[in-house]
Amino acid sequence: MSSHPHAPAHESAHNTHHGHSHGHEAAHGSFKSYMTGFILSVILTAIPFWLVMGDVLESRALTVGIIIIFGGVQMVVHMIYFLHMNTKSEGGWTMLAMIFTIIIVVIMLAGSMWVMHHLNTNMMPMSPEMMKNMP
Amino acid sequence: MSNTQAATSEKPVFYLTEEHHPENSTNLGFWIYLMSDCLMFAVLFATYAVLGRSYAAGPSPADLFDLKLVAINTAMLLFSSITYGFAMLRMEKGDKSGTLMWLGITGLFGLAFLGIELYEFYHLIHEGATPQRSAFLSAFFTLVGTHGLHVTFGCIWLVTLMVQVAKFGLIEENRRRLMCLSMFWHFLDVIWIGVFSLVYLVGVLG
Repeated sequence: MSSHPHAPAHESAHNTHHGHSHGHEAAHGSFKSYMTGFILSVILTAIPFWLVMGDVLESRALTVGIIIIFGGVQMVVHMIYFLHMNTKSEGGWTMLAMIFTIIIVVIMLAGSMWVMHHLNTNMMPMSPEMMKNMP
Repeated sequence: MSNTQAATSEKPVFYLTEEHHPENSTNLGFWIYLMSDCLMFAVLFATYAVLGRSYAAGPSPADLFDLKLVAINTAMLLFSSITYGFAMLRMEKGDKSGTLMWLGITGLFGLAFLGIELYEFYHLIHEGATPQRSAFLSAFFTLVGTHGLHVTFGCIWLVTLMVQVAKFGLIEENRRRLMCLSMFWHFLDVIWIGVFSLVYLVGVLG
């Protein structure tokens, strides 16, 4: 009910841009692009699960590497095909915000793991029995 | 003196390029909210990365996690993503009942995901693997629980929007809201990729 009185004013204020906005919406995704993203995601999800559940590779490090790479690629696939990320949306500001976020995340993740690993190595050694009796 | 006089009398020249101006800033604002949410999840991931091996002589991921359940959960979330995409396609066609149908299917997949996750949590707590047991379990429950909480609020939002669309139709406001929820929903799927890769799969490898 409350949204109705607003509607006419809203429409007239943005009338000049209206046609434009619809052209923009249409570029957001098609059946084909959603299906491409979906099929790529299924493949990129199935392979890591198969590697772990089927115990396919001997080397643990290689399996972890493949899982992380496939996870990263799948995130990019989701960004492009589902979130319709590109360099032009909102005048490039969404891309800029994302790059900034990624930089912060990388600094924070790598920094925490680095610092905490050194703290752990320099801790007094403790046996599982002592650990069990910790408060 | 005369120089400044001349300078002020001249018409000032500004460098003005009219960029493509988005008709409203909701999309950008919501995107920035998602990025801040992403930072919050990154902190929880970092906590898990640091504490994920502190078992306190308790159970480890290989003892606890059932990958079949996680695979089903992942499938549920992926299906809900594609069905939300179909709802958006129906919305662009102006098909109200089609939009509502696909939104309903998305909601069911979301609820299935939540149901399986709650069953998993119940099972873990039943086995004594509570958040209090070890630092690993605290970090695990915080990270996965926060994601589950986001999905819960996403489901509530979805039902709210279904009521809105059913009542007022696919008006401009509802299209904007559906667009925001679409971004939120797909974003949660992106976070889940990180969860199942780093927490479950790498965890089970030991």
